[in-house]
Amino acid sequence: MQAAAVSPRAHRIGEVILAVEGVSLSFGGVQALREVSFDVREHEVRAIIGPNGAGKSSMLNVINGVYHPQQGKIRYLGREFSDMDSHEVAQSGISRTFQSLALFKGMTVLDNIMAGRNLKMRTNLLLQALRIGPALREEIEHREAVERIIDFLEIQAYRKVPVGRLPYGLQKRVDLARALAMEPRLLLLDEPMAGMNLEEKQDMCRFILDVNDQLGTTIVLIEHDMGVVMDISDRVVVLDYGRKIGDGTPDEVRANRSVIDAYLGVSH
Amino acid sequence: MAESLAGLDTFPKLLMHHARARSTRPAIREKDLGIWQTWTWHEFAEEVRAMACGLAEHGFKRGDHLALVGDNRPRIYAAMCAAQCLGGIPVPMYQDAVAAEMAFPIQNAAITHAVAEDQEQVDKLLEILPQCATLERIYYDDPRGLRHYQEARLMSCDALLELGRETYRRDPGFLETEIAKGTGDDTAAMFFTSGTTGVPKGVVLTHASLIDRARAAADMEGLGDADVVLAYLPPAWIGQNIFSYAQPFVTGYCICCPESSETVMSDMREIGPTYYFAPPRVLEALLTQVSIRMEDASALKRMVYRYFMEVARRTGGALLDGKPVGAADRLLYRLGDLLVYGPLRNVLGMSRVRVAYTAGEAIGPDLFRFYRSIGINLKQLYGSTETSVFVCVQPNGQVKADTVGPAVKGVELKFTPERELLIRSPGLFKEYYKNPLATAEAKDAQGWFHTGDAGYFDADGHVKIIDRVKDVGRLSEGSLFAPKYLENKLKFFPYIKEAVTFGHGRERVCAFINMDMEAVGNWAEKRNMPYAGYVDLAGKDEVYELVRECIEKVNADLAAEPELAASQIHRYLILHKQLEADDGELTRTAKVRRRHVGEKYATLVDALYSGAQTVHVEAQVRYEDGRTGSISADLKIRDAKTFAPAAAKKAA
Repeated sequence: MQAAAVSPRAHRIGEVILAVEGVSLSFGGVQALREVSFDVREHEVRAIIGPNGAGKSSMLNVINGVYHPQQGKIRYLGREFSDMDSHEVAQSGISRTFQSLALFKGMTVLDNIMAGRNLKMRTNLLLQALRIGPALREEIEHREAVERIIDFLEIQAYRKVPVGRLPYGLQKRVDLARALAMEPRLLLLDEPMAGMNLEEKQDMCRFILDVNDQLGTTIVLIEHDMGVVMDISDRVVVLDYGRKIGDGTPDEVRANRSVIDAYLGVSH
Repeated sequence: MAESLAGLDTFPKLLMHHARARSTRPAIREKDLGIWQTWTWHEFAEEVRAMACGLAEHGFKRGDHLALVGDNRPRIYAAMCAAQCLGGIPVPMYQDAVAAEMAFPIQNAAITHAVAEDQEQVDKLLEILPQCATLERIYYDDPRGLRHYQEARLMSCDALLELGRETYRRDPGFLETEIAKGTGDDTAAMFFTSGTTGVPKGVVLTHASLIDRARAAADMEGLGDADVVLAYLPPAWIGQNIFSYAQPFVTGYCICCPESSETVMSDMREIGPTYYFAPPRVLEALLTQVSIRMEDASALKRMVYRYFMEVARRTGGALLDGKPVGAADRLLYRLGDLLVYGPLRNVLGMSRVRVAYTAGEAIGPDLFRFYRSIGINLKQLYGSTETSVFVCVQPNGQVKADTVGPAVKGVELKFTPERELLIRSPGLFKEYYKNPLATAEAKDAQGWFHTGDAGYFDADGHVKIIDRVKDVGRLSEGSLFAPKYLENKLKFFPYIKEAVTFGHGRERVCAFINMDMEAVGNWAEKRNMPYAGYVDLAGKDEVYELVRECIEKVNADLAAEPELAASQIHRYLILHKQLEADDGELTRTAKVRRRHVGEKYATLVDALYSGAQTVHVEAQVRYEDGRTGSISADLKIRDAKTFAPAAAKKAA
């Protein structure tokens, strides 16, 4: 836009931290994923796209440990597993947001985000409930971290508002805040822009890029909106009917014949 | 006040005084990460010192201008004072101005250094950098998003402060000498007027004039260092600057910067300011919020609210003015205070407000009375950038909805035969920057400032502003015709969205009325009145009746004012469409372009004066998507009752 060019990015894209190798997943007769392989590098924004029912969310759920694939392996930070509990996944630094939001609607924004720090709490439940001694000190510490996230995502005005009363676009932002609260190394975003208007989408894009840039978080996102994905991703995986049909930079993917056919329909 | 501020003729000198005299008292607060952070006067002075030394190190010197772009932030105010320490001139700019608008002041004042709040403002400055060759340095407060900017002229405030602290350690005497060099006649700040007409003008104000006016008003209201102000309007606006810079420097009170523009309401509740300013539109928005929430309350609460608001309407204003009120009413009001007014003031964040001002535009009497009736000492003031704000202020106990009060101590006022208000005051501006022509036009040889506002003194010696001089006309028999005054009076009714009055050079006054679709629509629905759309509703006899009642109330009011009794509205019609900026009928700031409307609807105006009962109109409209269409309708014209000036009291 102007002479003062912005240098590429703070965190140079690094080594592969997550590799998916030949993963297949089926539910009874439905084959959701067929031998899908791809990798994610440290500090990059990696998108998974595809038409409805392509297996995008299933893929995310596999990485997340919600689904257990029948075949294939996942390597994360050098550890290999085919089967991991979602709790273990979270502890190893992977957090996610949900397409259909997973927030406590009756709780305030602040409490929701605090809940996201649960994994980081060291004191036991009793001390936390009584808010005494070390638990109080810890709570103050966590509150500060949460306040930084609130500041980061610009939701100061809604701190004390119950989540259920917020408009959808803001709820999505709170969901992101909750996922960020555990300071993940890898952040999985399931359709972060679904159901948003253009302005909300632009805001969300900015936040995703900021998270990636300032916090250095590696991001894997699923998205429907092609335009958005192409603008903010470093590399894109394209799924169709559970199969990987394309993988590469946005430009490469855009030029890929089978992707065009699958996504935009074949013109005859 | 016991302390002597004699000899402290500049803001930096005042700051250094407070840093000594009330070093541990809060000077400025900002909510950051959910917690109010406080700078004491001592700490604030330290920050200013470091910033001033840093700026000096970067070549900022006496007479240079420093652009300030941002919302209310401690650093923005520190930078303002830092520039003044060095004999420089801060030029605050509106944070929501687009980049192109910021280029003019920078070029005009050959600005060399700028302090920007955040990335948004930095981006704007960088965008106009090619046109602003003089700009050497840009400092930013909030580093977010700016880490990768590779622009040599860019630097963070933190780095600047670091540099300044080091310089100060090396040579602490330098700054003291610089501050001592300043005198009251030096320029303290420059404010660019928004420039609705032509290019913006830089209003040059000296330390002496700002300090004089700030002190005059502070003395009048008895402000002291225990007062608290929430700084939430743009710092580039002279009013905010007076309330959050000049007056705290004179009295030592504390200002608070909200967390963000969206949190102002809750921040205000937390802070509980004692001294408050709000333009009428803010007060109106607050009242709307209250009304909406009351609508949603339970039936019992609504009943209690309605009952006690009626009590307040009767007695609240009188109690505040110290007028006699019967014992029963007094007791009822006390009870209402416990049940309704107190909690309401608390919700509004106004529990501790001792003095509240409103200004900027005419305020509706009902709106004004609402705040006063619940015990908030809301008063009107009059002033402008050129006068360092305080020209007229309503003293306690003499508050009226339709005047701006008598002159503040030190101000001389007079009206020209054309009824233009002239002002002579120690607070007057020095000049328009590099614009001697405009200066000579606005300020005459005897030192009178020509405001361009028309008005007169009412019976109690209060100034009453009615319109801009250029818009004031005369009826053919010679009496005063102030269209804006009439239109404002009409617009205070919820059913009337816009009004256009005609009368200059005519025998009597007639009006176009633009109904408020929402309010009239609701009104119609409650009466089970079917209507097909805007044109249909606007043409209903019942709506004409509704509007007639409004107009007749205005007429009754006017009859009571000898100057304007002849301006009563005789005939009116309700327009078939809303006046739109897209159709050129309103300006972009939603002011009626009266002359244009008069020309565009000349047939309607003629019909108003011809005595016809209906008139046919066909008008082009432009839809939002750019297409044009036409609306045709037969408009009715109706007469309104007018009152003889003598009969006014009975009718009202």
